[in-house]
Amino acid sequence: MSPLDLLVAAPLGFMIAALLLGAWARWSLLAAIPVMAGLAVWLLLLPAGSAHVVGDWNLPLGVQLRADGLAQMMVGATAACASLIGLYALHEFAPGPDRSETAHGFAFWPLFYLLWGGANAGFLSTDLFNLYIALEMVSLAAVAMAAMGSLRAALRYFVIALVGSLAYLLGVALLFSNYATVDLTLLAATARPDLATKTALAVMTAGLLIKAAVFPLHGWLPPAHAAAPAPASALLSAIVVKVGFVILLRLWFEAFPTIVAPAGLEVLGWLGALAVLYGSVQAIRQNVLKALVAYSTVAQIGYLLLAFPLVATAAGTGGAWAGMTIHAVAHLLAKAAMFLAAGLMLEAVNGKRLEDLRGLARAMPLTVAAFGLAAVSLMGLPPSVGFIAKFLLLEAAVEQGAVFAAAVLLIGGLLGAVYLFSPLAWTFAGSDTPVVVSRAPLRTAAPLALALLAVSLGFAGQAMVEVTAAAPLAGPPAAVAVDVR
Amino acid sequence: MIHLLPLLLVFLPLVPALISFALPDRMAVWRDAINISFALIKLAVVGFLLLAAREGVITEWRYEFLPGHDFILRLDSIALLFITLSAFLWLIATVYSIAYFGRGPHLARFFGFFNLCVLAATGVAMSGTTITFFLFYELLTLATWPLVVHKGDEKSLRAGRIYLIYTLAGSAAFLAGIVWLKSLVGTIEFTAPPDLSGIPRLELTLIFILCIGGLGVKAALIPFHGWLPEAMAAPAPVSALLHAVAVVKAGAFGIVRMIYDVYGIDTVSELGLGTPLAVLAGATILYGSFRAVMQTDIKKRLAYSTVSQVSYIILGASLIGPFAIIGALVHLVHQGIMKITLFMCAGALDNRMGIKSVADLDGAGRAMPVTMAAFSIGALGMIGVPPTAGFISKWHLGLGGLQSDAPWVIAVLAGSSLLNALYFLPLLYRAWLLPPSAKLASVRELDGAWNRMLILPAAITALATLAAGAFATSPFSPLSWAKLIAESGYLK
Repeated sequence: MSPLDLLVAAPLGFMIAALLLGAWARWSLLAAIPVMAGLAVWLLLLPAGSAHVVGDWNLPLGVQLRADGLAQMMVGATAACASLIGLYALHEFAPGPDRSETAHGFAFWPLFYLLWGGANAGFLSTDLFNLYIALEMVSLAAVAMAAMGSLRAALRYFVIALVGSLAYLLGVALLFSNYATVDLTLLAATARPDLATKTALAVMTAGLLIKAAVFPLHGWLPPAHAAAPAPASALLSAIVVKVGFVILLRLWFEAFPTIVAPAGLEVLGWLGALAVLYGSVQAIRQNVLKALVAYSTVAQIGYLLLAFPLVATAAGTGGAWAGMTIHAVAHLLAKAAMFLAAGLMLEAVNGKRLEDLRGLARAMPLTVAAFGLAAVSLMGLPPSVGFIAKFLLLEAAVEQGAVFAAAVLLIGGLLGAVYLFSPLAWTFAGSDTPVVVSRAPLRTAAPLALALLAVSLGFAGQAMVEVTAAAPLAGPPAAVAVDVR
Repeated sequence: MIHLLPLLLVFLPLVPALISFALPDRMAVWRDAINISFALIKLAVVGFLLLAAREGVITEWRYEFLPGHDFILRLDSIALLFITLSAFLWLIATVYSIAYFGRGPHLARFFGFFNLCVLAATGVAMSGTTITFFLFYELLTLATWPLVVHKGDEKSLRAGRIYLIYTLAGSAAFLAGIVWLKSLVGTIEFTAPPDLSGIPRLELTLIFILCIGGLGVKAALIPFHGWLPEAMAAPAPVSALLHAVAVVKAGAFGIVRMIYDVYGIDTVSELGLGTPLAVLAGATILYGSFRAVMQTDIKKRLAYSTVSQVSYIILGASLIGPFAIIGALVHLVHQGIMKITLFMCAGALDNRMGIKSVADLDGAGRAMPVTMAAFSIGALGMIGVPPTAGFISKWHLGLGGLQSDAPWVIAVLAGSSLLNALYFLPLLYRAWLLPPSAKLASVRELDGAWNRMLILPAAITALATLAAGAFATSPFSPLSWAKLIAESGYLK
C-alpha cells in the first residue's frame, strides 16, 4: 500500500460511507480528518519523486500516481484546507430538526469527499486521461455545490465546464491516436512538434483555462462562487480552480516543454496580466462582499498565469517555479479563510453588502481578524505566505528583465489593497457595537486557523522552496520505460 | 545566549500585544499594568545592550528565510540610537495613552496594534539587510492603519484610506528598487555595502530614485507628504507616536541607511545624487513651515511642522559631511523628543479643555501651566532657541552646509526658523499673555492620578529636550552618540 493510492481511495471510501450514513453523514468527518491528515504528512515525508503504479499494471496501461514537490504542496494544503472547511460546514450542513434529512445536508458530504478525492487525483496523476477523470470528479462536485446557492449560476457553470471538459478530452484523444500513450513522462520523451500535437495542446489548454477561470474565460466564476454557501464557495475558490491549473502545468512544463513555443508562454503571461488587472478592477467595483471576494479569485489566478513565461522548466531550479507553486498554496489557504470569514460576518448581520459590515470589528473581532490576516496574505504583504510567493515571482521577473510582469505584480498588490481594505475599513466604521446574531460561534476557529496558517507559513519560506525544488520530476520508473511505439 | 537578544528585543512587544488583544475591557487594569511592565522591561534590555555596546559587543541574529536572502537582526550603533529613543518614548507614550483614553471602550484593539507598532519600529531599526528592513517597514504600515482609523468616523476612515494609498505605493516602489539592486549585486547587508562599481550609472540612479521615493513617502518628503496632515484625524497618542518615532522616522532612517550603508557616500557623491535630494529636503522644510503658518487647527499645524522637521534629517544625510551627518542623526532623536512633547500637550489640551484650534488657546497657560510650559519648551526647541535640543541640531546642520559647500542651507535653516517662530510664538503669546476665557477657569491640571499620568509624560520629554541641549557635550547625550556613530561608521 502506498499513501498515493490511499489519498485518492480514502476520500472515495468516505463518500460511500457518507451516502450510507444519511443523517449521520457529517460525523464521518471526524474519521476523515485524522486519516487524511496522516496520509498528507506521510506524502510530505516520501522521498522526492516517489511514484506508485496502481494495481501493478505497467505503463502505459497502468495508472501511475506520483509525488513531486508540486503535488506534495497541493495535497498538503488541500488536506489542511478541506479539513477546516469541513469542520466549519458541520453546523451548516446538518440534519434538520428531529434528525430529518435535509437536501443540502444530505448532498453536501458525499460531494465534499468526491471533490477532495478528485482534487488529490488531479494533483497526483501523471496520465492525461486519469487527469481528465479527476477533472470531471471535481467539476461534478463543484457544479452541484454551486447549485446549492444559485441554480442559474450553477447551470451556466455546468454548461461552460462541460465545454471545457470536452475540449480537454478532444485533445487527449488526439494525443492518444498520435502517440498511443497519454502518460506525461512517456509523452515528454517522444513529443514531436507536429500539427496534431499542437492542436491537441491548444484545445486542452483552452479547456483548462475555462476550468481555472482564467480571464477572459472566467465569466462563470463570480456568480457561481458568490452565490454558493460559504463552505462551498471556499472549496470552489480555493481548491477547484487549482486542479485545472495544476493540469495545465503538467501539460506545458512536463509533457511538452520541448514543443511549447515561447510565444505561447507569452500569450498565457499576457492573459495572466489582464486577469490580474481586470479581476482587481472588478473587485474594486463590487459592493457585495462575496462578489468582491470572487473577483479577487479571478485576479489571483492571474498571477499564476503571469508566472508562465518566467518559468523555464518544471525542474524547480528557478525561483519562479517555487513562487508560482507557493502562490497557488497561498491563495488556497487565504481564499478559503476569507470566504469562511465573510460567510460568518454576513450571516451575523444578515446582509451581503460591504456597508452591512459596519462596526463588526467590535462585535466579532476574531472573525474580522481572520478576514484581515487572509487579506494580508492575498495582498502579498509580509509576513505571510502570499508575500513569499509574490517576492519570489518579483525577483524572478526582475532577474529576467521582465519589467512588465514586475510592474503587474506590484500594481496588482496595490489594487488588491484597495479592494481588500475597503471591507476592512467598514468593519472599523462607527463607534457603536452592532448587535449580531451569533450561531455556533466556534466556527470562527476555522477561518482563523486557515488565516494563521497562511501568515505563519510566511516564516517557512525556505522550507517551502525546498519542497517545491528538491523534488525534481522523476522519469518513468525503469521497469516501465518500454518503447511503446 | 546573547546572540538571541536581538530576536528577543524585537519580538518582546508581541507578548503585550497578544495579551492586550485577548483581555476584555473589564480587565483594563491588568492590560495597563502589563503594557507598562513590558515597556519597562524593554527599556531595561536596551540599557543592558547599551552597556554591552560600549564595550564593543555587537550582537546579531540571522537565518536564511529564502534562498539567498538572510533575515538579519543586528544591533549596531545607529540601530541602538534609534532603539534607545523608541524604547524611552514608548514607555512615555504608553503611560500617556492609558491616561488619555481612560476607561473608554475598544481599547484592547488599540493597545494590541500599538505594541505591534513598537515591534515593527524596533525591527526597522535593527534590520541588517534591505529585505529585512522591508519586512518590518511594511509591517509598520499594517500595524498603524488600525490606529489611524481607530475612531471609526468618516474623517478617520478617509485618513486611513489616504494613508494606505500613499504608503503602500511607496513600499511598492521601494520593493522594486531593492529587488532590482539585489538582482545586480546579490544580497545587501548594511555592514558590507555592495560593490557598485560595475553597474551602469543610469540603473543606479533609477534604483536610488525608486528607493528614496518609496521611503520618502513615509518621511513625508514633498510631493509625497499628503497623507500626514490627513492622518491627524487619529487620536493624539497615535499622532504623537507616528510623528515622533514610528512612521516618519522609519522613512528617514531608511534614507540614512540607503545613503550610508547601501550606496555609500562615495557612490552617492559620484552619481551626484546628494545635492538634488538635499534641495528637495530643503524645499520640504520651507514648504512644510509655510503651510504650518496657515493652519488654524493645532494638530494640523503640528503635522505640517513634522513635514518640515523630518526633512532636516534628510537634509543632513544628503549633504554628506561630518557635521551634516551628525546633525541628521542627532535630529533623529531631538525631533522625536520635541515632537512627542508637542503632540502630548496638544492632546492634553484637547482632552481636558476641548482646545482644538489656535484661537481657543487664550489664557491656557494659567489653566494648565505645566502643559503649556512643556509645550513652550517643545516649541522653542523647534524654533532652535538655545539651549534646547533643536539648537544643537540646527547648529550642526548649518555647519554641515558650510562644510559641504552648500551655503544655501544656512538660508533654508534661517527661513525655516523664522517661519517656525511665526507659527509657534503666537500660540505661546495667546496661552501666556492673553486673558483666559470663562470656561477655562475651573480646570485643575494635576488633580488625581489620571491627570498626572496625562500631563507628566509631556513634562518629562520637555525636560529631556532641555537636557539634550544643555548637556550636549556630556558622554551620554544624543549628540555624543551621534558623533560616535559618525566617527566609527560613516566617515571612514
